[in-house]
Amino acid sequence: MAELVAKGEEPEILFWVGCAGSFDERAQKITRDICKILQHVGIKFAVLGTEESCTGDPAKRAGNEFLFQMQAMTNIQILDGYNISKIVTGCPHCFNTIKNEYPGLGGNYEVIHHSQLIQQLIDEGKLKAEGGESFKGKKITFHDPCYLGRGNNVYEAPRAALEILDAELVEMKRCKSNGLCCGAGGAQMFKEPEKGIKDINIERIDEVLDLNPNIVAAGCPFCMTMLSDGIKNYNKEDEVKVLDIAEITVRANGL
Amino acid sequence: MIAQLIFLLFTIAAVVLFTINVRKIIRNINLGRPLNRSDRKAERLMVMLKVAFGQTKMTKKPVAAILHFFVYVGFIIINLEVLEIIIDGLFGTHRIFAAPLGGIYSFLIGSFEILAALVLVGVIAFYARRNFIRLKRFTGVEMTSWPKSDANYILIIETLLMAAFLIMNAADYRLQQLGSLHYIEAGAFPISGLIAPYLPSSESALIMIERSCWWFHILGILAFLNYLPYSKHFHILLAFPNTYYSNLEPKGEFSNMASVSNEVKAMLDPSYTPEPIAEGGKFGAKDINDLSWKSLMEAYTCTECGRCTSACPANMTGKLLSPRKIMMDTRDRMEEVGKNIDKHGKDFKDDKSLLGNYISQEEIWACTTCNACTEACPVNIDPLSIIMELRRFSVMEESQAPASLNAMLGNVENNGAPWKYSPADRLNWAETK
Repeated sequence: MAELVAKGEEPEILFWVGCAGSFDERAQKITRDICKILQHVGIKFAVLGTEESCTGDPAKRAGNEFLFQMQAMTNIQILDGYNISKIVTGCPHCFNTIKNEYPGLGGNYEVIHHSQLIQQLIDEGKLKAEGGESFKGKKITFHDPCYLGRGNNVYEAPRAALEILDAELVEMKRCKSNGLCCGAGGAQMFKEPEKGIKDINIERIDEVLDLNPNIVAAGCPFCMTMLSDGIKNYNKEDEVKVLDIAEITVRANGL
Repeated sequence: MIAQLIFLLFTIAAVVLFTINVRKIIRNINLGRPLNRSDRKAERLMVMLKVAFGQTKMTKKPVAAILHFFVYVGFIIINLEVLEIIIDGLFGTHRIFAAPLGGIYSFLIGSFEILAALVLVGVIAFYARRNFIRLKRFTGVEMTSWPKSDANYILIIETLLMAAFLIMNAADYRLQQLGSLHYIEAGAFPISGLIAPYLPSSESALIMIERSCWWFHILGILAFLNYLPYSKHFHILLAFPNTYYSNLEPKGEFSNMASVSNEVKAMLDPSYTPEPIAEGGKFGAKDINDLSWKSLMEAYTCTECGRCTSACPANMTGKLLSPRKIMMDTRDRMEEVGKNIDKHGKDFKDDKSLLGNYISQEEIWACTTCNACTEACPVNIDPLSIIMELRRFSVMEESQAPASLNAMLGNVENNGAPWKYSPADRLNWAETK
């Protein structure tokens, strides 16, 4: 972003990468794929790079409102400093926090999740599923991230990205507003689960495996981790792939 | 005349007692912190019409939805009949609406009978689901003997009331056929007509049956009215205001604490003058009076159906957390605090609190904040906001988060990410390919 400003240019959209997208090896790949999509359709975008910091979501969900607001207000200062008006995030948690919780602290932006960006591009005819890997005959199911689905009523956008593939889409019984959490939300990602009889991601993966899909699609880096761990738990990495909506789009278009 | 007087006394006593208990509940709800839900009135009205009147969220479980719909519609419509019964009771009349309504009256009575029969079907099925089929949803740590008995008492009382109503009509119908004095020919009896042949044929016995059922039915209703404030069945009243005052923001949005904003703004900008705010002295909630009045209203609205708990990912994987328990604990603690106020005055403090004595740390930290519970609730109860307030208190007042969460918080504070990575490495993803 700083480089763009130095050149006296303004981006159409800011890509908010998020902590997972910046540091988690698996999520880094998704980050690069989101960039590929943006480049492919010729949208001029920027990232904050080292100026980006945690939105404060895990702090807020863990009950530390001080730390959340410190993070939020610092981020808002930076975003406002660059005159940002439109943001796309690679993570439903960043999406929810910036979209819903920043306005009350003075940060007002148009915020979309990358699945919504992909949906818009498909609707505008700028993005298709051609020139890349064929998904014909593949069975795909989508796992709704809580903060995208129930949290913000975004159910159709990620599905739109799958519908343009020539694949067989199947829904789990617990989908959309009845979707089952992967187990990572509410700062659970960063702690061991409480004592119980089963891990939540295993409960979810059991449901995934019941459908016997080739691909389980995700839209959140934390769901990605939880689902991948669940698949590994059953040693099914070769049969069932966990792929982000952005990765599927990139593959389908051979980007 | 004496009968009318007795009836009047019972009615007055019932209404007075009910008013006293409802006022106590209102007082208890007002122990909560302020929260502004007076905006967007038209939208709120729509939510109430849809969710409470229209029962739209019940449909996620279709069998329960249909059975509940029978009982719900029966309850609302049969109240018209109760109005007639009360007027008859006070003025010594019999079927006072029959003459002015004419043919419509027969239609109404006939409809009430069919509804009463459907209520019976619903209530008996509900009883079976709880006691014979033993649905998992009606079990759990919080479903101790009182909540289980409460549910059964409600179902038994409703069965008896409906049975009395139908037997009363059956006797009335027979008396009408006999041409008995006072028993004017009025009404249609599609259901009680089926019972009528089994009743004794003597006029005096029929009058006895009709009168006993009449008294049992109306005194039963007055008694049931006074059972409500002690019972989970209070939802029949609070479902309406509770949905009206629903959270209208996206579920993913958690409130920003104004008290914290003041301090953070002052930290970032020394020239900032804090705005005065009305919130209590502590951050988050330890006890019921730290929760918003809406959370407290929700605790009284909860009818313990367990849809929240059965949808909770933590609960279904064997963790201690149960959103229904969060609501029941809040109500129990509120009742306890209320009783203390009644006994010892409003400033009395016992050494108990919601967090600690009722809800444990283990429960609140098992929540994934996934909103499955709030989505599942047919009357828009939000157990998650209570869990969040308890977490806020634990973290900001008592520094009592699980150790690994403290490590995460430390990372966010020091290097702007929940993991221990340097902010300087944030763009490394762009280089590694």
